[in-house]
Amino acid sequence: MPQEYRQILKYADAPGYTPDVECYLRHGGYQILKKTLEIEPKALPDGKSMSPAEQVRDQVKLSGLRGRGGAGFSCGLKWSFVDRRSGKPIYLICNADESEPGTFKDKQIIHKDPHQLVEGMIISCFANDVHLAYIYIRGEFAEGARILNRALQEAREKNFLGKNILGKGYDLEIHVHRGAGAYICGEETGLIESLEGKRAYPRIKPPYFPAVLGLYMCPTIVNNVETLCAVKHVVDLGPSEYAKIGTPNNTGTRIVSLSGLVKRPGYYEVEVGKVTIRELIYDPIFGGGLRDGRQLKAVIPGGSSSKILKAGERFKLKRKGPDGKDVEQELDMLDLPYDFDSLIAAGSMSGSGAIIVLDDSTDIVAALSNLSEFYAHESCGQCTPCREGSLWMSKALHRMANGQGRKGDADYLLKIADNIPGGRTVCAFGEACSWPVQSCVTKFKDEFVARGTQDEERRAAGSK
Amino acid sequence: MSTNAKIETPPTPAPVEKIKVKVDGREVEVPKTMPDGVTGKPVPTTMIQACHAIKVEVPHYCYHPRLPVAGNCRMCLVEFGTPAMGPDRKPILNPDGTAKILKSPRPAIACATPISPGMEIYTNTPNVRFMREGILEFLLINHPLDCPICDQAGECKLQEYSVDHGQTSSRFAEIKVHKPKRVDLGPRIILDDERCILCTRCIRFTRDVVGDDALGIVNRGSYNTITAYPGKPFDNNYSLNTVDLCPVGALTSKDFRFQMRVWFLKETKSLCTSCGTGCNVVVGSREDRMFRYKPRENDSVNATWMCDHGRLNYRWIHNPERLVQVTVRNGAAATVSDWKSAMPQLAARLKSAAPGTVAVIGSARQTTEELFLLAKLARHFQAVTDSVPRTGPADHLLLNADRNPNSTGAVFTGLAATPMGSNLGKIAEGIRSGRIKTLIVFGEDVTRHGIGADLLARLDLLVASDILPNATTKLAHFVLPGCAHVEKRGTFVNVKGHVQKFMKAIEPKGDARAEVEFLKELLPTVTGWTAPRSLEGLFNQMAGEIPALQGVTWAALGDTGVRVQI
Ligand SMILES: Cc1cc2nc3c(=O)[nH]c(=O)nc-3n(C[C@H](O)[C@H](O)[C@H](O)COP(=O)(O)O)c2cc1C
Ligand code: SF4
Ligand code: SF4
Ligand code: SF4
Ligand code: FES
Repeated sequence: MPQEYRQILKYADAPGYTPDVECYLRHGGYQILKKTLEIEPKALPDGKSMSPAEQVRDQVKLSGLRGRGGAGFSCGLKWSFVDRRSGKPIYLICNADESEPGTFKDKQIIHKDPHQLVEGMIISCFANDVHLAYIYIRGEFAEGARILNRALQEAREKNFLGKNILGKGYDLEIHVHRGAGAYICGEETGLIESLEGKRAYPRIKPPYFPAVLGLYMCPTIVNNVETLCAVKHVVDLGPSEYAKIGTPNNTGTRIVSLSGLVKRPGYYEVEVGKVTIRELIYDPIFGGGLRDGRQLKAVIPGGSSSKILKAGERFKLKRKGPDGKDVEQELDMLDLPYDFDSLIAAGSMSGSGAIIVLDDSTDIVAALSNLSEFYAHESCGQCTPCREGSLWMSKALHRMANGQGRKGDADYLLKIADNIPGGRTVCAFGEACSWPVQSCVTKFKDEFVARGTQDEERRAAGSK
Repeated sequence: MSTNAKIETPPTPAPVEKIKVKVDGREVEVPKTMPDGVTGKPVPTTMIQACHAIKVEVPHYCYHPRLPVAGNCRMCLVEFGTPAMGPDRKPILNPDGTAKILKSPRPAIACATPISPGMEIYTNTPNVRFMREGILEFLLINHPLDCPICDQAGECKLQEYSVDHGQTSSRFAEIKVHKPKRVDLGPRIILDDERCILCTRCIRFTRDVVGDDALGIVNRGSYNTITAYPGKPFDNNYSLNTVDLCPVGALTSKDFRFQMRVWFLKETKSLCTSCGTGCNVVVGSREDRMFRYKPRENDSVNATWMCDHGRLNYRWIHNPERLVQVTVRNGAAATVSDWKSAMPQLAARLKSAAPGTVAVIGSARQTTEELFLLAKLARHFQAVTDSVPRTGPADHLLLNADRNPNSTGAVFTGLAATPMGSNLGKIAEGIRSGRIKTLIVFGEDVTRHGIGADLLARLDLLVASDILPNATTKLAHFVLPGCAHVEKRGTFVNVKGHVQKFMKAIEPKGDARAEVEFLKELLPTVTGWTAPRSLEGLFNQMAGEIPALQGVTWAALGDTGVRVQI
C-alpha cells in the first residue's frame, strides 16, 4: 500500500499546530540545533581532527541528500565546492522563490512550520561557517515573508540567532529579502544578482560559480527551502538512517505538488522512489484518479519545464534487482517510480517535484501555448536564443491556438526549439522554455499537424 | 626636458606561464593569463583570445576586449575538448601517442571560457556553424532591417555576419516586436530600440569605463529595451563612444546621423587636437569634406575611446570664414596677393630685420615640424619666443587640462618659454619700448593674450599665419593662410611625451598651404639654412637636433607613435 511519509510536513497540518516558536518548541523544535552546536571535534585515526562543521558536512554528504529545487544535485557535493580558503565570508541563501508553475510545496513549510526552515538553515550555516544568510522569497509571498520575519524575530529573542547562539560561540544573522515577482529570480545566479539589488540577469558560468564567486563575489551556497529542512532531519537521524528513507541514490522524502485534472490535487510527502506516478495520480490517498469518464492524456512530471510524458509511453529502465544486479525493466510511464533517476532515464526530470496531470479534455495546442506564454513573459531577455526563441514559440503557438495554424507549424516549432537548449543559453531557462515545446510537439505531432492542416483548409475555403 | 634622451620602453611584465592549445587543429601557445581589458589585472586567458592569437576570428557581438565580459549574445559559441585524464590524473594517450581528447557535449562561449592546457577549440564544425546560424536568425527575426536608411549600414555587424552565416530567406511568420524609435537619449545621441540587439556594450562602457551608471534595460524577454533614467539625459563627455561600440545602428550620433553613407568615407589616420592627450582618431572624409572623427586604438594613449568634446570639435575646419588668400597690407590698404609674389617680398623684409628686434610666437597647436622651423627662424634673429598656454578643466578619463595638442613639442623645439606664456609680457613690453619691431605669429590671436591692437600697430612688420581670421591677422602686413591638421601631415607630442604623427585627409582650402611648405621656402633666403625637402627628412633632422627626440625616426612612429622622456 502506498502511503505518505510525513517527515518535513510531520506537524504542518496537525490540528492546533501553529507557526509560532512556542508551538515549535513543544514539538521538539531546535533540539537538533542544540545537538549540532554540542558536537565535539572528532579525532581521526591519522591524528588529524574533524571540526564539528566538517562533521555535519560529512553527514549531509553521506546521507545522499539531493537538492529539492530543481536540478536534484547532491547537496553534500555542492557544499564541498565552496571555496573555504578565499578569506572572504561565505553566504548561504535559502531559495524560496518557488515560481515553477505547478509547485506549491515550499509555501506549505513557510506558512505552517517556518521554524523548521529556520532551524535547518542555522544548522546548514553552522556546517558551512556562514555568519550571514538570506531567505530570498518571491514577491507574491507577502504573507510568507511576514511569517518568516516573525519567526526570525522569535528565534533572535530565544538566541537561536544572533551573537553567541545558545552560548556556544556561534554567530549568525538571517534576513528575509522579497523579490519583485519574476520567475528568473529562482535561478540561483539571477537570484544573487537580484539580492545584490540588480536586474536578475543570471551570471555566466564560468567564471561565476556561486560556490566561488557568488553573492558580492564571495563563496555562496544556494539551497531550496525543502533541501534545508531535510538537512535538519539528516542531522537528527544520522546519515545512514536518513539514507534508509527513500531508495538508493534517491534518499529521503519529497513533497510532491500534484495539480491538474485529478480529483484530489494537493501536496503529498512521500519517500523518494517508493511511490509510482500511477499511485500518485490514482491512489485514493493521493490524487484519487481522474475526473469521471476521463482518460489520461499526459503527465508533466517535474514542474512545467520538465519534458512531458505521454500516456502509454514506455521506457526501458535499468534497475537493481533483489540480488543487487542491474536488470532492465520496461515500464509504462505510469509505473515509473517517482524519483530523480527514473525520470532522468525516461528523458524527463522530477524537477521541483510538481506533477501536472492532463486528461483527454485537454487541447494540447492551447495547453502548450499557455505554458509557452509564461516562458516568453518570464525570460529575462539577457541572452539571444532564449530571449528571441521563447517569444517566437509563444507567438507561433498563440497563432495556432487561435485558428491561424499551418501544416508546417509543428516542424517550424521544433526547429525554433532545437536552437535554444544544450548550452546555448546563459542559464537553464533555455532548457526550461524549449523542453516543453520539444517534447509536446514531438509526442503529439499528429495533433499539431492536424490542427494546422484544418486551419489551412478552412482558410483555403475562404471562411477565414 | 631631459638632455639624456632615450626612447621610453614600457616596463617588461613578469614572465607569464604559457599554455599550449589547439585552434581548429593548429597549435598555438598563449600566456595563461592576460591583462583584463578594464582593470589591467591578470585574468585567465579565454578561448577567443587564444583564437585571436592565431588569427582565427570568432564571430561575436557582446564581447569587446576593453569591456567586462557579458556573454549574452551567444554568437561566439564554439565546441571544444580537453585531454582525457586517467585515474592517475595523467592524460590518456591515443595509440599514436597523442593525447586523447574528450569532446565536451556542450558548447562554450569563447569570450568567457578560460583555456586549459591541451584544450582543443573547434570554431568551424557543422554544429558550430549551425548554432551561429541559429543565433543570427534569432537576432534578425525582430530586427527592423531598415538598412537603406540606417547609418550603421556598411559597418554593421549584423550585416557582416549575415553575409557569412545568414540565410537568404526568413522563416519568421509572426508579427515583429515593436519598440521605441528615435529615442532622444541625450544631447548627442538618438536611439532606435528596434535595432538594438541588447548586447549591453553601451551599458557596460558607460558604467564600467566612464563610471556613469546612466544606461540600463527595462522590461523583460524580447521586449527588453535600453533606456536612460526617466528624465535624466544621457550626457557625459564619453557618450559618443557608445555609438562606436554599438555593433548595430541602434545608437546614432546626432552629429553624423543621415550625413553620409559610410562606405563613401575615406579613412585617414589622424589625431584629435583638442587637448594634450592626443587621442588617436580616424578621420572620415569625402571629397575634401570632413564628416566625423572616430577613435582609433592606441593602448598607450586612448585605448579605443575619445571624448565627445574632442570628437565634435571639427566644424571650424569647414568654416566659410577660413583664410584662403595671401594678403599683403601696406598702411591701411590690404591687397590680395599670391605666394609667388608675396614670399620674396616677405623674405626681403625679414632679411633686413636686425637681430634682437624680432619676436616669434608659435602656437602649441602647430606641428612639431612647424615649431622647429619657426625656432630656426627665431634663432637666426636671436628672437624672443613663446607659445600660448591654453587650459580647461580635466576629467577622470582622457580629457587633459592642457588644451593644446602640442605643448610638449613647443617645449622640445625651444619655442615655448618656461613656463609657457611667460615671455608674452616681455614681448608686449619690447614692442611698447620700441625694441621689438618685427613680430611673427603662427596660429594665435595675440590681441587676446596681452599684445593688444595698439601695440601691434607700432610694429614695423607683423607676419601672421592662421586658419581663421582674427584681430591679429586683421592687422598683419603679411597674412599667410595655413592648414588645419587634416589638410597636412605632421607630428604632435602629447603631455606624456608620446610622439605621434597624423596624415593628410583632405586638400587645403583655397590658397592655404601647409605651414612647413612656406616656412621651408622662407628659411634659405632669410637664414641661409635649407631644410630637408621631405617631411620625413625634416622630422629626422629635427629628431637629430632635439635631445629628447634622439633616435626617433618618422618611420619608427608607425601608426601609434613612440614614447620619449619629457
Ligand atoms: C529558470 C530557473 C528557475 C528556478 N527557480 C527555482 C525556484 O523557484 N526555487 C528553487 O528552489 N530553485 C529554483 N531553481 C533552481 C536553482 O537555480 C538552484 O538550483 C536551487 O535553488 C538549488 O537548490 P537545491 O540544490 O537545494 O535544489 C531554478 C532554476 C532555473 C534554471
Ligand atoms: S536563458 Fe533566458 S532566462 Fe536565462 S539568461 Fe538567457 S535569456 Fe535570461
Ligand atoms: S544600443 Fe547598441 S550597444 Fe547598446 S545594447 Fe543595443 S545593440 Fe548593444
Ligand atoms: S581627450 Fe583630448 S585628445 Fe582625446 S578626444 Fe578629448 S580632447 Fe581630444
Ligand atoms: S561574444 Fe557575445 S557571448 Fe561571447
